[in-house]
Amino acid sequence: MSAPTPPRASIPRSGARQFAVSVVRQPYIWAVVALLLLIVINLIKDPGYLGISVNATTGNLSGNVIDILRASAPIMMIAIGMTLVIATRGIDLSVGSVMAVSGAVSMEFMNSSGDGSVGGAILAAAFAIGISAVLGAVNGVLVSIVGLQPFITTLITMLAGRGLAKVITSGQNTSASNEPFRWIANGTVFGFPVVFVIGAVIVAIVAVLIRRTALGLMIESIGINPKAARMAGIRPIGILISVYIVSGILAGIAGIFSTASVMTVEVAKTGLSAEMDAILAVVIGGTSLAGGKFSLTGSVIGALLIATLDKTIVFLAIPSSATPAFKALVIVVICLLQSRRVRALFNQRRAPRTPSAPTAPAPTAPRTTRKETVSA
Amino acid sequence: MAATEPIVEMSDISIEFPGVKALQHVDFRLFPGEVHTLMGENGAGKSTLIKALTGVYKIDGGSIRVAGAPRSFSGTADAQSAGISTVYQEVNLCDNLTIGENVMLGHEVRGHFGINWAKTHSAAHDALVGLGLGHLDTKQPLSSISLALQQLVAISRAMVTKSKVLILDEPTSSLDANEVEGLFAVMRRLRDQGVAILFVSHFLDQVYAISDRLTVLRNGEFVGEYRTSELDRSQLISKMIGKDFGALAALGSNRGRTVDADEPAFYSATDLGRKGSIDPVDIQVHRGEVVGLAGLLGSGRTELGRLMYGADRPDTGEVTIGGTTVEVHSPTAGLAKKIAFSTENRRDEGIIGDLTVRENLIVAVQARRGWARPLSRREQNELCEKYLVSLNVRPADPELPIKNLSGGNQQKVLLGRWLATQPELIILDEPTRGIDIGAKAEIQEAIATLAEEGMSVVFISSELEEVVRLSERIVVLKDHRKIGEIVNGPEITAETIVDLIATEGTTP
Repeated sequence: MSAPTPPRASIPRSGARQFAVSVVRQPYIWAVVALLLLIVINLIKDPGYLGISVNATTGNLSGNVIDILRASAPIMMIAIGMTLVIATRGIDLSVGSVMAVSGAVSMEFMNSSGDGSVGGAILAAAFAIGISAVLGAVNGVLVSIVGLQPFITTLITMLAGRGLAKVITSGQNTSASNEPFRWIANGTVFGFPVVFVIGAVIVAIVAVLIRRTALGLMIESIGINPKAARMAGIRPIGILISVYIVSGILAGIAGIFSTASVMTVEVAKTGLSAEMDAILAVVIGGTSLAGGKFSLTGSVIGALLIATLDKTIVFLAIPSSATPAFKALVIVVICLLQSRRVRALFNQRRAPRTPSAPTAPAPTAPRTTRKETVSA
Repeated sequence: MAATEPIVEMSDISIEFPGVKALQHVDFRLFPGEVHTLMGENGAGKSTLIKALTGVYKIDGGSIRVAGAPRSFSGTADAQSAGISTVYQEVNLCDNLTIGENVMLGHEVRGHFGINWAKTHSAAHDALVGLGLGHLDTKQPLSSISLALQQLVAISRAMVTKSKVLILDEPTSSLDANEVEGLFAVMRRLRDQGVAILFVSHFLDQVYAISDRLTVLRNGEFVGEYRTSELDRSQLISKMIGKDFGALAALGSNRGRTVDADEPAFYSATDLGRKGSIDPVDIQVHRGEVVGLAGLLGSGRTELGRLMYGADRPDTGEVTIGGTTVEVHSPTAGLAKKIAFSTENRRDEGIIGDLTVRENLIVAVQARRGWARPLSRREQNELCEKYLVSLNVRPADPELPIKNLSGGNQQKVLLGRWLATQPELIILDEPTRGIDIGAKAEIQEAIATLAEEGMSVVFISSELEEVVRLSERIVVLKDHRKIGEIVNGPEITAETIVDLIATEGTTP
């Protein structure tokens, strides 16, 4: 339950068994299985799928795995924020719109200032994240103090946020040029994509903040039994506001990630349906939508799975019209496998046999494609 | 009167949860036309046995026969369709529907165009008349009647399905004496109609008043099946706890301590009140004193406790603690002032079900420290060790989810939660409700010890004997008002309080 290490896409053969044993009891086991399965499908199509090549001159790594890590970063951000919100019995539908606002603010700022320096990039990012935090705070105040339902509250900010992004850019898709800002999405550190490194560091910081302090316990208490939590002296208002602010900030960062690669904000498209990806990542990761117990590790795996799924759909050249159906199919299967009833059934059937690694569900012949990816 | 063939026969039942043997080789028989009480301490396996019968838990060994045929149910709904209905302590009805709709839910009378409401209500009325409840208007919302009547509605709902077996799991724990009589009248009526009733209660008097036979469980094991008439109370108790009753009988004595009244009170409130909840009240509690709050259900005793802790925000009154004026407007504030409040509503306001025993135990201490200063695992384990042992929590495994513990053990963990905050004033609202005599004695003893160590205690209980036995002073409440205060002494009995409540207000 501590800080998740940056997830590895490939597991050394010798450590695979041990890894499987430690993870097999976790609620996100099926997400791991599905992730491996997708990789296997890709490997069948192209045995060199997992190959990572090193650019001799720059030392940059490239390959499908690296692309997946890059694409997973924004999903990871919003999924982590969403996990915390969902744990308090809430939901944050506004993350996609906040991404658009964040992108709009940073692009508009750099576009009008024309400042291409590092300082300009930092200012733009800080400004974007600041506005995102304010939007998160609005959600938090409406939910905790005013007492509106999270669904309604964030539905309003979702609609208002997209409008706000359009107002900021006067309805135009705004571009800017700032190399340091672009580096966030396209650069590398020690060969790894910067977005993924930043994402992993932020996940680690959030995990430490939540699990090494009592915040995690308090968030879970509020999610499991708000009345009892209050009677035990936990102050729900502060925690709820913080959780929505964190979700806003992380959505802001995701907005920067997904606009920096093309240095353009598409106000109508940036972050569109991102809240669905985030919610799915959380659910796949084993956190109940009813609130309470949550798993940050699970959500990270969920985000990786969704990024891999998106890439796989492209890789297999599945027609784009069939993409949503394919995605839905995979996710429904995972959710079914995670449901208590199916797990109980499975345990019963497995009991007389040897308790070896569970057999994976038969993969439905994947014929589909994909929608646009968030990556470069 | 009992027929020769049992309607329910459970033999050699075993159930195991991870790490716990919940039931081991338990036998249970229920005959038509009898009231059969399941007795045992908390955690003895009473609820587990009921859940095994209704299919909520799967049995790991043994067999269940209903009306002679082997059966295994997939859940309460399945059991109900086979004529086994369960009415729980917490009424499982829909507050917002009418009485009639609740009674007939799922069995509405259908006409040509959907539900025929007139016939549905008249069928509901017939069902209520069958239980002697003809005076209830089936078109009233359920929320408009008392909890006791709601329970009877739940029973009539069970009878609509022509149940042959009725399971009543602690139906009396929140009822007053008259309401219990009403329930018993209904139970006798059903018994005489040939319904087999499985009854669970912690009140020995009630058990002896109503039951024909008893089955005693202890630590998940079968102790024996007896005729109520052939087993006296002390025999029964020693069978339940597995040792002699002498230690418990000794508890009956009054502690006889008095607190120096000249010394200023530790906690003092004047005109403490809240509109719609309780009229302004003056109350003082000295260090090391147990103040009882006595009154009928709904008299305002819980409301007063909640105001003292800050669970509800008072709108009048001034509170001083240790001589300084303070504002206690939230649980956080109460906790900061070293006040603890153990709720009567264990499930909704007490336990945090999915968290472990350890997390439930430390959560209040942690809340007071704030999120940024987490208790180390070692400190948490020390607190667990201390309170799980001293309060005799079973099983004493801090890593079990608290929802897996029995009610009494959950209650002990909650008591531990509040003691771990080292309060100077602890308000205990019905700490012994719905728990068995052994745990009750343990908790009463713990309260007495705490007071002797200097803690101020406010003790709320609907068992007047208990209040009289433990308290130095008794504040009597009625209709959301304080109607008097009694200094306890040898001449004070439960009768004194009852008289006070009965005679007060007869002159308007």
